[in-house]
Amino acid sequence: MSAGGGDELPRWVSLALLPAINIACALLASGLVILAIGEDPLAALGYLVTGALGSATGIGYTLYYATSLIFTGLAVALAFHAGLFNIGGEGQAYIGGLGVGLCCLVLSAVGGVPWWLALPITILAGAVFGGAWAAVPGWLQAYRGSHIVITTIMFNFIASALMAYLMVNVLIKPGQMSPESREFDPSLFLPMMHEMLGGLGIEVEQTPLNLTFLLALLACALVWFLVWHTRWGFALRTVGANEHAAHYAGVSPRRMVVLAMAASGALAGLVGINELQGVQHKLLLNFQAGMGFTGIAVALMGRAHPVGIVLSALLFGALYQGGSELSFEVQTISPELVVVIQGVVILFAGALEHMFKPALARLFRPAPKPATGVA
Amino acid sequence: MDEALLLLLSTLDSTVRLAAPLVLAALAGFFSERAGVVDIGLEGKMLAGAFAAAAAATATGSPWVGLLAAIGTSLALALVHGFACITHRGNQVVSGVAINTIALGLTAVIANAWFQMGGRTPALDGPQRFGEITLPLAGALSGIPLIGPIYAELISGHNLLVYAAFAAVPLAAWVAYGTRFGLRLRAVGENPAAVDTAGIGVESLRYKAVLIAGLLCGIAGAYLATAQGAGFQENMTAGKGFLALAALILGKWKPWPTLAACLLFAFADALQARLQGVEVPGIGQVPVQLIEALPYVLTVLLLAGFVGRAIPPKASGMPYVKDR
Repeated sequence: MSAGGGDELPRWVSLALLPAINIACALLASGLVILAIGEDPLAALGYLVTGALGSATGIGYTLYYATSLIFTGLAVALAFHAGLFNIGGEGQAYIGGLGVGLCCLVLSAVGGVPWWLALPITILAGAVFGGAWAAVPGWLQAYRGSHIVITTIMFNFIASALMAYLMVNVLIKPGQMSPESREFDPSLFLPMMHEMLGGLGIEVEQTPLNLTFLLALLACALVWFLVWHTRWGFALRTVGANEHAAHYAGVSPRRMVVLAMAASGALAGLVGINELQGVQHKLLLNFQAGMGFTGIAVALMGRAHPVGIVLSALLFGALYQGGSELSFEVQTISPELVVVIQGVVILFAGALEHMFKPALARLFRPAPKPATGVA
Repeated sequence: MDEALLLLLSTLDSTVRLAAPLVLAALAGFFSERAGVVDIGLEGKMLAGAFAAAAAATATGSPWVGLLAAIGTSLALALVHGFACITHRGNQVVSGVAINTIALGLTAVIANAWFQMGGRTPALDGPQRFGEITLPLAGALSGIPLIGPIYAELISGHNLLVYAAFAAVPLAAWVAYGTRFGLRLRAVGENPAAVDTAGIGVESLRYKAVLIAGLLCGIAGAYLATAQGAGFQENMTAGKGFLALAALILGKWKPWPTLAACLLFAFADALQARLQGVEVPGIGQVPVQLIEALPYVLTVLLLAGFVGRAIPPKASGMPYVKDR
């Protein structure tokens, strides 16, 4: 789980070539799957690309999926830098969304407030709820010695049970069967991208893409600044690289584990801004729909760097959108093909990260200096 | 009285059925983790096994071919895990997540392509499944009070794989604590360097452990699709692999306590099915979600040392580097 650049590889190999090889492996593997099903992989790739990028609608949906993936990818990456593997993005996004949703429901109950006034409050609510849901496993690891991976997995299940209970018994809109809350007040709805661009005189198709996309990019810049250009970020990376050294340098690794997890969960919690305040406009079950898990693949592929994460979030967003178009065109290929690709990416970019490295290192290592006469 | 006894017996009966896959998967985790290889991928191996069993049983009409297919598929995934974690010293958790993800996607894609039933396989019936076995004398003894019904309802009348699951517990305990292989296996999870110094291959031992885990997960998957259920559904394991992992932790990485934890979780599950919408005197309606979340909450509390303490094998999760 080494975060970021390779130790012995040239920068461009580590940042561009290695991810490219990983993508190639993932595409090859999924091509074999499509071939095994008895379909044409190249035709499938064609549908996938045109579905994701061939129309304004496709691009809109791709960016909309990428928005949530940027948040969850950043969440996983931030924890990586502190040496932590946060598998709980799914649960943190879920509970963060609860915070956003509750906030919106309360603001709706008082008659609604303009969205730009509500947004800072809902962001805070999502971050606090998601952050708290991650800080508890962090605290348990730091102060009670339980393993963060197991605890965050358990917290995913607990989050899902908690949300099911709240939606079915407490937050459901009275007099309906499906477990969904009342709709938020329209004043709280975030502006859609087609409305904003329409205001500027640019006509685009109507898609779920909304203002949150810009927020996600802002979050990337913020994480970049925080991790690489502040004292806190330096301490965070030191804890991730060598806990003992960090301790010796006066950083408390325990405190840092809790804070890093809280920050990670806060980022995951912002998925709710995109999905609930941006698109659904009500609280409902499973709105996060696997985005938290996909964040793992996004972070691994993006080498835990904000720029890489934006690119890999775009890639996975395109896969989500293109994949559903593909399954619409070719009935035998179901949209879960994206999940296979995601798994292969995690395998090659994550678990097998050491497989290609030695070969590439041999290939690109500067030639050993000829033995200059030492004597 | 009689009715209460029957209700209790039928709850215990479903407890046994629900516990079987958990026991198999938890024992899989037991072998892998005691050898120092963390296995988050129990879920994925079970799921892939379930699909392979259902598909093979549909094609050939034999649950035995299904079982073999399940074991083969699960072993293949176990080999991937071994290749990534043992040979390439990759991160074991990440590898497990990859296996779960690949299994989830691949089973759905292939099921949809082969059977075109929205990610299901055709329903299996009769000889395509592992049927229930009535043990000898179950009918004759059922007249005897208490013992008769217990024997007839609870012990007799399960399918073969249930008996296999429960027989696997003493077998696993014997292998791990009574054989030379077991001693080495446990040693390699605690102190691989010592095992290496003794001239025993760490890698080959860990591969064996990972393959045993694959075998057991395959049987668990076949159980879900061709014994307990009648065919494959998308994501039909629905977290059972993680529940088994929780049982393993609750059982402190020991076979018999792990069995007890599996039975506890299965009992909670059986009870929850019965308590749905029922008013419990003095308490009112118990929220199903609370019972669902209970195993996970318990595991968190235990790992944190609030209820007892579970300490994992010392070298688990760490790849062994020989040349240090």
